[in-house]
Amino acid sequence: MARYGMVIDTARCVGCMDCVVACKTENGVPDGHCRDWITEEARGAWPTVRLELRSERCNHCDRPPCVTCCPTGASHVEEELGRIVLVAHDQCIGCKACLASCPYDARFIHPEGYADKCTFCAHRVAKGLEPACVAVCPARCMHFGDLDDPLGEVSRLLESRRNHALLPAAGTGPRIFFLT
Amino acid sequence: MTTLSRRRFLQISTGAAGLAAAGCFQGPQVPEWLGPAPAAADEIRTTPTYCDVCFWKCGALATTRNGRLWKIEGNPRDPLSRGRLCPRGTGGVGAHFDRTRLTAPLIRRQSRGAEEWAEVTWGEALDHIARGMQAIRQQYGPEAMALFSHGIGGNFLKHTFKAFGTPNLAAPSYAQCRGPRDVGFTLTFGDEVGTPERTDIRNARCLVLIGSHLGENMHNSQVQDFAEAVGNGASIIVVDPRFSVAAGKAHWYLPIKPGTDLALLLAWMHVLVEEGLYDKEYVAAHGFGFEAFAAELAPWTPEWAWPATGIEPETIRATAREMARHRPATLVHPGRHATWYGDDTQRSRAVALLNALLGSWGRKGGFYAPASVDVPAYPYPPYPTPARGKVDNPGHRYPFADGALTTGIRAATLTGEPYPVKGWMVYATNLLQALPAPEETIRAIRNLDLLVVVDVIPSEIAGWADVVLPESVYLERWDDLNTEGFREPFVSLRQPVVEPPGGQKPNWWIARELALRLGLGAWYPWKTVEEYLDHRLQAAGYSLAELREKGVITGPPQPLYFEEGVPAEFPTPSGKIEFWSPQLARAGFDPVPRFKAPEEPPAGAFRLLFGRSPVHTFSRTQTNPVLASVQDENEVWVNAAVARRQGWEQGAYVRLRNQDGVVSNRVKVRATERIRPDCVYMVHGFGHTAKGLPPAFRKGASDNLLVSRYAVDPLMGGTGMNVNFVTLEAEA
Amino acid sequence: METTELTVHRLNPLVDPGLHVWGWEIPVYLFLGGLVAGLMILSGYLLLTGRHRRPAGAFHRLPGLAIALLSLGMLALFLDLEHKLYVWRLYTTFQIASPMSWGAWILLLVYPALAASFLISRQSRRMERPGLVRRVGLLNLGLGLLLGIYTGVLLSALGARPLWNSALLGPLFLVSGLSSAAALVHLMARDREERDLFAKADNLFLGTELALVVLFVLGLLSATEAHVQAVRLLLGGPYTAVFWVFVVGLGIVVPLIVQPPAVRHRIRHTPVAPLLVLAGGLALRFVIVQAGQMSHWR
Repeated sequence: MARYGMVIDTARCVGCMDCVVACKTENGVPDGHCRDWITEEARGAWPTVRLELRSERCNHCDRPPCVTCCPTGASHVEEELGRIVLVAHDQCIGCKACLASCPYDARFIHPEGYADKCTFCAHRVAKGLEPACVAVCPARCMHFGDLDDPLGEVSRLLESRRNHALLPAAGTGPRIFFLT
Repeated sequence: MTTLSRRRFLQISTGAAGLAAAGCFQGPQVPEWLGPAPAAADEIRTTPTYCDVCFWKCGALATTRNGRLWKIEGNPRDPLSRGRLCPRGTGGVGAHFDRTRLTAPLIRRQSRGAEEWAEVTWGEALDHIARGMQAIRQQYGPEAMALFSHGIGGNFLKHTFKAFGTPNLAAPSYAQCRGPRDVGFTLTFGDEVGTPERTDIRNARCLVLIGSHLGENMHNSQVQDFAEAVGNGASIIVVDPRFSVAAGKAHWYLPIKPGTDLALLLAWMHVLVEEGLYDKEYVAAHGFGFEAFAAELAPWTPEWAWPATGIEPETIRATAREMARHRPATLVHPGRHATWYGDDTQRSRAVALLNALLGSWGRKGGFYAPASVDVPAYPYPPYPTPARGKVDNPGHRYPFADGALTTGIRAATLTGEPYPVKGWMVYATNLLQALPAPEETIRAIRNLDLLVVVDVIPSEIAGWADVVLPESVYLERWDDLNTEGFREPFVSLRQPVVEPPGGQKPNWWIARELALRLGLGAWYPWKTVEEYLDHRLQAAGYSLAELREKGVITGPPQPLYFEEGVPAEFPTPSGKIEFWSPQLARAGFDPVPRFKAPEEPPAGAFRLLFGRSPVHTFSRTQTNPVLASVQDENEVWVNAAVARRQGWEQGAYVRLRNQDGVVSNRVKVRATERIRPDCVYMVHGFGHTAKGLPPAFRKGASDNLLVSRYAVDPLMGGTGMNVNFVTLEAEA
Repeated sequence: METTELTVHRLNPLVDPGLHVWGWEIPVYLFLGGLVAGLMILSGYLLLTGRHRRPAGAFHRLPGLAIALLSLGMLALFLDLEHKLYVWRLYTTFQIASPMSWGAWILLLVYPALAASFLISRQSRRMERPGLVRRVGLLNLGLGLLLGIYTGVLLSALGARPLWNSALLGPLFLVSGLSSAAALVHLMARDREERDLFAKADNLFLGTELALVVLFVLGLLSATEAHVQAVRLLLGGPYTAVFWVFVVGLGIVVPLIVQPPAVRHRIRHTPVAPLLVLAGGLALRFVIVQAGQMSHWR
C-alpha cells in the first residue's frame, strides 16, 4: 500500500505563501486559521546570515500520536489512500487531545467544533491530482508522492539531496522532508 | 435619490465592515466563499480569464461551484503563468467577496473633504461628469482634463480622453517606478526593458540582483524563472541593504550601504575593463564610444568604492570575475521600481552598461527580444490634435522623459503653469499612496474643478473625489486584449466569470457611456465590448469563440536571441550600444555615469526603505479577505542590535517620525539580523486612513506618508523616494 | 553563540503563540477525578475491612459525595468539549491505545460501582451479604486505582509536551488523589478514631507524594534537552513559585509538619492541614496542565 509524503526544496522556496492561499481557497479554511504556513529560520548575525524557508503543515506521521490518543477514532489513518491522516468530522468530540499530542502544533479547532488540519487534499489525491499547495507553487519546489515507491520522484529526491525532517527526536516519523 | 449622509454611509460601510470584521476578522467563521460542502451533484464550471490583482496579467482559470466563485488557478496555456498563479492571483477570489467594495456611484454634496455623499444612479453620475468635463473644456480647453490610470483597464478610458482632446494621460508606473530604468536602457541600447521585463532569468548562469527582491516582489514569471535558475545551480549575487529572500539564495551577498549602488557598478565595470574580462568581440561589434568610456572608468577602482559602499575590494573583484566567468549568460537584473535617489536614470544606465560589457543584451541568459501577436487596433477615426502640448514636462525640462510624468501633471495642477489643469479622472490607482509627498496631491486636488475616481474600493483617493464610480472587479468583466510582448507571442482574453454583486460596471462601459455624453460617439462605433473584441480578433485571424474557450492563444515561436536570428540592431543615434553618450553630453549630463554620495542620515535616524510583500499589491489588496487573512499589517524591520540598544522589543508597536516631522501610524517592530543598522524597511501599501476600509484602517504604517521628500531625476523626472530619514518613537 | 530567528507565520487560536487548549475545565476534572478515585479506594478499604458499618463512620456519606463530585467533574469535562453534540461518539467505540477512551469507559463503570457502594451505605438489608460487600469493595478499589492512575496517564501519553512525559505522572496523580481523599474524609470524620486513621493515611500518602514529586523532577532533569527545558518551567521558569510554594510547600510539606503531631495527639486536629492538602491537589493539576502546555519540542 502507498505511503504518501512530501519533499520540499527549500533552496527554491521563496516563502511567498502561495501554498497558504491556495489551501485556503481550495479547502475553505476559516479566517484566522491556516492548515499550512511558512516558517522563516535565519541563523547568524548581520551580515553573515543563512536563511531557510519552509512550507510547513501536518506531517502525516508514520506513528501519529494524534491517532493514538483520539478517544473516538475520529482521527485515523486512511489506509486505502496512502496512509493520509484524516479526521472524521462527525466522530470528533473536540476534546483537543490531538492538538496537545502533536509536536508540530499542526492542528486547530475548526469554528464548527471539530479538529482540523492539512488533509493532503485527500479529495484531490483520490482523483489523481496533487494537493493544491503542490500544484500552485510558482517555485515548483513542492513534490508529493509515494515514499514507498523507490523509483518515484519523492524517493529519488531524498536519495539525491541532503534533507531533513522536523523534530525527528519527537519520534513520530514525519513524512515531510525538506531539501537543503 | 437617497441622500446618504456621511454618518449613514459610514454606518453602512462600518456596519458591513463590522459584520465582515465579526465574521472574518475578529471571530473565526466559515468563510462565505466556501458555500455548502462539496457534493457529487455540484456544478463545477471553469472559465479562463486573466488576472488583475497586479499588472502582470497572468492567464487564469476561475472555477465556480454551483455558481459561486470557488478558486482560481493558472492557465497552463499561458506563457506568463505557465499554469501557476502567484499568491495574489490565487487569492483573487477575495476581490470578488471583499465587503468594503463600492456598490453604487457616489456624488459629494458638501465641500471636498467633508465626505458627505449621495448615492446616485449611473446616469446621474455620468451626466455630472460630462457636464463638468464640458465646462472645463469650454473655460480652459480639453487639455485641462487629465487622466491618471494603472493597468490595462485604463485603455478604454484613455481612448475616451484622447477623443476628448487631451494629451495629459499618465500612469504612476513611469515617474514613480520603471521610468528611470527604461530611459537608462534606451540611452544605452536604444530600447527599454519593458513590461513584462525581457529578462532571460531562467537561462542565466549568473544572476545579479541589485535591490531587486524577487520572491518577495512577486512578478510571477520572474519568480518562477528565479526558482528555475536557483534549481539549475546558477550563481546568485545579491546586492541589498537588507538580507532579502533572494539574498538567502545568494552565493555572494553584498550588504551595500543604501544609495551607493552606482559606485559599486562603476567599480565592477572598472574591473572588467582593467582585467580585460568583458566580451571584447561583442563590444567591438556593437559598441560606440568604448575607449572614452573606458577612460572615464579609470578612477573608479574597487578601493575607491570601498569606503562609499562598505563592500571590500576583494569582494568587488571576486564578484566581477564571477560575472565575467559566466558571460554572456550573466544577467545584471535592472529591477523595476528604480526610483530611489534621484540619480536613478544614470544608475540604470550603469546597469545597462555593465550588461553591455558582459554581452548579455540579445543573448541567452541575458535579455531576449520579446515578440507579440499582431492584433490590429480597432479602426477608430483619428484623435483630434490637442491645441497645446502635454503639461507635465514644460520646456522639456526633463529632456529624456519618454513617458508622461504624473508628478508633472500634479505640479501643473498646483501652480497653473504652463497652463491650468482643472479636472482629473483617476482610474485604479490610489494616488495618495502612489505619488510621493501626499500633501502635495491634496493641495493639487483643492485646485481642481472636478475630481472623478473610478475604483473598486473606497480608497484614500476616492475619499477626495467629487464623483466616485464603482468598477466591477476583473472576475466580473470583459477587458481589452492582452498582447504584450513576451518570450512567446500570445493573445489573452479577460471575460466575466461571475456577476458583480451590486451595481458595479466595467471600465469599457464607463468609458463608452461617458464618451457618448461628451458627443464622442464617433469613437465608439461598437455597442458592446464583445463586438470590439471580435472585430480585432477576426482582423488577426482569430475567433472570439476560440479565445473564450482557451483563454490564451499563443502564436508561432519567434527567435529570442541574436544567435537565433534576431537582428543585432540598437535604435540609438549611433545605431550602436552607446558606451559613451553624445546625446547626454550635449544635454549637459554625464556621458558616462558618475557617482555622488548620498546624504547621510542625521544622527540617530535611519534611512527609510520600502518594498513588496508577495501577498499584496500596492495599497489595493489590504481589504481582500483572503489575502488579509494571511497578512493584515506590515512591520518595520530594524537591525536587532539597534533594537536592543534602543530598547525596542520584538513585536512592540512604534511610530516613525521623519525629518519633516511627519509621524506614521503605529507599526510593529521586527527586530532582525537581516538588515543594516543604518536603515529600516517596510512593505508598501499599509497604514490605510480611508474610513470605508475598516479591515485595513490604521493597520500597519504607510511608508508613502513618510515620503514627504523626494529627489527628482534631472534626466527624465522620476521621483526618487528613498531619501527620507526616520526615527522610532514609542507608540503613545 | 549563533542566534536563530524563527518566524512562524501561523496564528491559530488555542495553538499560537503557545498551546492553550485546556483552561480550568481539565485541571478541575483531573482533580475531582483523582479525588473520587481516592474516595473509591478508601471506600473499598473500609468495605473490605468491615469498617463501613461504624455508626458514626464517614463511609455512609462517601458514595453520595463521590457521585456528586464525579458528576461535577464530568460536567467540567463536557464543558471543555468543542463539539459537544457528538459526545456520544465516546461510547460507540473503544480505542485501546487512547487513555481518554479508557477514561471514558472507566468513568462509565465507576457509576454502577458507586451506586452499589451507595446502596450499601444506605444500609439496605439486601446489600448486607458479606460476599457482595467484598466484591463491591474490590470493585471500588480496583476502579479507583484505574481512575486515579488514568488521569495521569492521560497527560503522560501526550509525548509532544515534554513536561508530561514521565511514567511517574500516573502514580503521582493517583497518590495525590488518595491524599486529597484522605484529607476530605478526615475533614468529614465525626469519629475520632476514624479522623486519626485518615490523618495517618494522609501522612503516608503525602510522604509518598513528596517522593514522587522529587523523582518526577529528577527524571525529567536526566532526560533529553526538551525534557530539561520543560522541567525548568518549574525550576526558575514562570511556574516555579506557584509549584514550590503552593503545590509542594503549602500542599504537602506544611501538612506533613502539622498533621503527625495531631495524629500523635500532641496538638489538636484542625481543618488547616486537610484544607491545604485539598488546595494543593487542585493547584498540582493546574500547574501541571498549564506548564505542560507551555513545554514543547522545538
